[in-house]
Amino acid sequence: MTVTVARSVPEALQALAADPPPEVLAGGTDFMVEVNFARRRPEAILAVSRIDALGQWQQSDGQLRLGAGVTYTQLLEPPLAELAPALAQAARTVGSPQIRNAGTIGGNLVTASPAGDTLPVLLALDAEVELASAQGTRTLPLEAFLLGPKRCARRPDELLVAVRFPAPFGRQEFVKVGTRNAMVIAVASVCVVLDPGTGQVRIALGSVGPTPLRARAAEAYLAEQLVPQGTGPTATSAFELRDGDAALAEVRRLVAEAAQPIDDHRSSAAYRRHAVGVCVARALERLLRPAPGAALGEVAA
Amino acid sequence: MTVLERPRRATRGVGVSAPRPDGVPKVRGQFQFSSDLFAEGMLWGHVLRSPHPSARIRRLDVGPAWAIDGVRAVLTAADVPGAPTYGLEIPDQPVLAADVVRYMGEPVVAVAADHPETARRAAAAVLVDYEPLDPLVDPEDAISAPPIHPDGNVFRHLRIEHGDPEARGEVVVEGTYEVGMQDQAFMGPESGLAVPAEDGGVDLYIATQWLHVDRDQVARCLGLPLEKVRLHLAGVGGAFGAREDVSIQVHLCLLALATGRPVKMVLSREDSFFSHVHRHPARIWLRHQADRQGRLVRVDARVLLDGGAYASSSTAVISNATAFATGPYRVPNATVDGWVVRTNNPPCGAMRGFGAVQACFAYEAQMDKLAAALGMDPVQLRLANALRHGDTLITGQRIEGSAPVAQVIEAAAGAPLPAVGPEALPDVALPGGAGRTATRSRVRRGVGFAVGYKNLMYSEGFDDASEARVRLELAEDGPLATVTCAAAEVGQGFVTLARQICEEELGVERVVLAPPSTARIGSAGSTSASRQTWMSGGAVAEACRAVAGRLLERAARRLGTDPGRLVLAEGAVQALEGADALSVAELLAEGPLEETVTFHHRQTEPLDERGQGDAHVAFAFAAHRAVVDVDLDLGLVKVVQIATAQDVGRVLNPLQVLGQIEGGIAQGVGLAVMEEIVLDQGRVRNPSFTDYLIPTALDMPDVAVAALVEEPEPGAPFGAKGVGEPPTISSTPAVVAAIRAATGLPLTRVPVRPADIALATPGDPRP
Repeated sequence: MTVTVARSVPEALQALAADPPPEVLAGGTDFMVEVNFARRRPEAILAVSRIDALGQWQQSDGQLRLGAGVTYTQLLEPPLAELAPALAQAARTVGSPQIRNAGTIGGNLVTASPAGDTLPVLLALDAEVELASAQGTRTLPLEAFLLGPKRCARRPDELLVAVRFPAPFGRQEFVKVGTRNAMVIAVASVCVVLDPGTGQVRIALGSVGPTPLRARAAEAYLAEQLVPQGTGPTATSAFELRDGDAALAEVRRLVAEAAQPIDDHRSSAAYRRHAVGVCVARALERLLRPAPGAALGEVAA
Repeated sequence: MTVLERPRRATRGVGVSAPRPDGVPKVRGQFQFSSDLFAEGMLWGHVLRSPHPSARIRRLDVGPAWAIDGVRAVLTAADVPGAPTYGLEIPDQPVLAADVVRYMGEPVVAVAADHPETARRAAAAVLVDYEPLDPLVDPEDAISAPPIHPDGNVFRHLRIEHGDPEARGEVVVEGTYEVGMQDQAFMGPESGLAVPAEDGGVDLYIATQWLHVDRDQVARCLGLPLEKVRLHLAGVGGAFGAREDVSIQVHLCLLALATGRPVKMVLSREDSFFSHVHRHPARIWLRHQADRQGRLVRVDARVLLDGGAYASSSTAVISNATAFATGPYRVPNATVDGWVVRTNNPPCGAMRGFGAVQACFAYEAQMDKLAAALGMDPVQLRLANALRHGDTLITGQRIEGSAPVAQVIEAAAGAPLPAVGPEALPDVALPGGAGRTATRSRVRRGVGFAVGYKNLMYSEGFDDASEARVRLELAEDGPLATVTCAAAEVGQGFVTLARQICEEELGVERVVLAPPSTARIGSAGSTSASRQTWMSGGAVAEACRAVAGRLLERAARRLGTDPGRLVLAEGAVQALEGADALSVAELLAEGPLEETVTFHHRQTEPLDERGQGDAHVAFAFAAHRAVVDVDLDLGLVKVVQIATAQDVGRVLNPLQVLGQIEGGIAQGVGLAVMEEIVLDQGRVRNPSFTDYLIPTALDMPDVAVAALVEEPEPGAPFGAKGVGEPPTISSTPAVVAAIRAATGLPLTRVPVRPADIALATPGDPRP
């Protein structure tokens, strides 16, 4: 087994041009578990954690570009936590502090687990991923990148270098159900994003399908239901649902319908379907009427 | 009654919070665990395990494993020179499977190679042609199903018949309760190092709970005399019962003897889940009858435990589950049937609480049900029936020792409730924790209560003695005591307590413990059954007293007086009358003193055909009051607080008692709301810490110790009772009672899963 430690993106891409290309190791929090369980026996490894550029981020023109090596711990710290609060909320639910120090957002994307904690957030934010290779760079919308359970559109010679999405953006909530109060794989998770300017809502569901899913029927229904309180929609205005609690029940029904959960050792499909409905309704309630003075999407310490 | 914070005058000896000698090294990562062992030229072992819960082995071809470079040994059942099977009580478990495999994970082939990865690959290369069979997985079916082992499917059936079979009460409640399969979830996986010796024997360095019983089983399978198999305790990373059985011991020794080289093995977490026993899953039916005043009149019960594929300690676990099926209450009339059976599920055996845990979950649910039927306060019902000194158990045994059941109930029930409700807690402290799922208006608080008990030491006539040697000598800087005892330190704190006892008895400041080994001393018995403080603590105390007696004799000779006129105090032998005194150092100048003693507890007796007999040495009791917050829609639970009171006899080390209480509650909370080995037709679905969930700091409640009740136990060294198991027993039912109080649901199974609450069927009573 060979290990190549890349110090720059071009160096990494050159290494990936080999035939066969080496396997990419970032934080190792998924990769090494597979190695330890003998489910993965890499012949050649390309370590990318020493590439400084991958750990950096930029914000410009209302877009945030996160290098693939940005860790969960970085996501939890301001100013990133303020620019992308739901992403910070999701990062807080990942593993222990040690795991959050090592694990990266790029790793979460490439692992493409249906339970990947940041994925529903990125999906709800209409994120795009940048994939680089010796041939050049291409950009894919996240929905086109995530193909199935632990399957993504990255070619073996490509390196996922960054993920981009609008930030700051509206109001955001990430909520995750697990059988333990921390350090747990999601049984179900949801991200709800509300753009108070347009009254548009986007909903993404995790752990209830082969990939994270958008609940588009619920989104369309909400577009009809959302009514700003006061004279017109502003960044701070509260919203109401035209049909009140009945609308919330309909949202729950539509979300549950959008879910495609399975039974496994972590939970039953029936519970997952139930849980995403409850979570979307709760997240939505928090977004419609933000508590006065409360920082939106505040991350619990 | 005392509280933990009671100031102690002494700074040494028993009763003080002496720090652990291994505490700082463990925290700093400097402690050598069994996985850290090393020997020059050592090989690495690996065991190939059955992927099937039940299969016939049609053909086994180890050729492809030998073809791999670096492989030094590939052993099958045919290579076991001695007895082909081992077992704690009944040798029914093959060292390596020959014709059939009876559980997923059963060892089939053992490999040694130059590198651990080579060993793993070699094991994977072995060709095993299995014919999968339908696994027998339902313990109820197992009673009458065709035997899946030559010894049959029923490990033990016992029946307790007590009192008047015709007695009836006016108020009757009935229920069936289930307990899932819990794992001990120790942190340090099975690991050890076997070193072949020049005498044709072997030295095995291993993390275990009982060196001598391992030694006996290993020697038998190796076909070697006992003295040629020497077991030495390696650093133990937790046990909780999971290291009572042999796991990799025989494999390591076989590989070392076959290769003539040291062989090390460190199991992966996944293999670890497959190589130790678990807590028995249980199905328990109970019918309680009481009079209108709430006095128990009779209890009928049937306890069914799933023992899994091999016997392990099943016969003793069912004895406890049956004997304690009615709880720490006066029950004048009872009939209890206990069954433990063989299935193709993973083998089950010892785990903290040992049969008492399963029983307590069931009888405490019944006590709440009975209180509801009577319209009585559940705590008052328990007080009205609480056992006390002099009462008779359903096994006919009279409680001769202390039984402060009412005291622990009253103390735990009277502890202050948490000052803050869910409305004022931070998000992360609500059900769902870091996942931020809770909406405060849908969080309901509940309070539940439970009390439980268990025997201390082994029962039914077993003489589980302990041997200890104390040597007192004059070292360069003063008197030094050396304790030799085979008691396994598994984290419980014997290494601290043995020092405290020497300080107390001999007044010495310097005490060292020799490494526990079968080569140095006789058996100390198992570190289990809450027994080492009593048994090995007792052995150390008696050895100290014997040494002190010799010191007095020496002093008496020098002073020309009678030893009876002298006392050992403050590092000197002093005359009771007059000013004569000789320092211990002066007396030791003549030479060292050494005494070896074997400590026995009082004799017990087997149960007769009606389940009657003086079978237990002593009992310990504890009560728990749990406060939980429940998310009614998502079924997520946060255990907010557990208040407890425990019958401890006497506190020998307050900090260690608190550690046992907190740790035991963590395991009790785990069983209540998350811990379960999930099985599907005999297959383990979650053999990892990703999916076998144990409580984190965010799941652990505040623990409020309302009282440590100190009623000295007659016959117990210093009057102290073992404290390790009681915290685990009634914490689980207290948590579930609290969840019932919050939700109104019956919740008859642990662990309580979110769906059990969130998807409760419409027929169930809802909040």
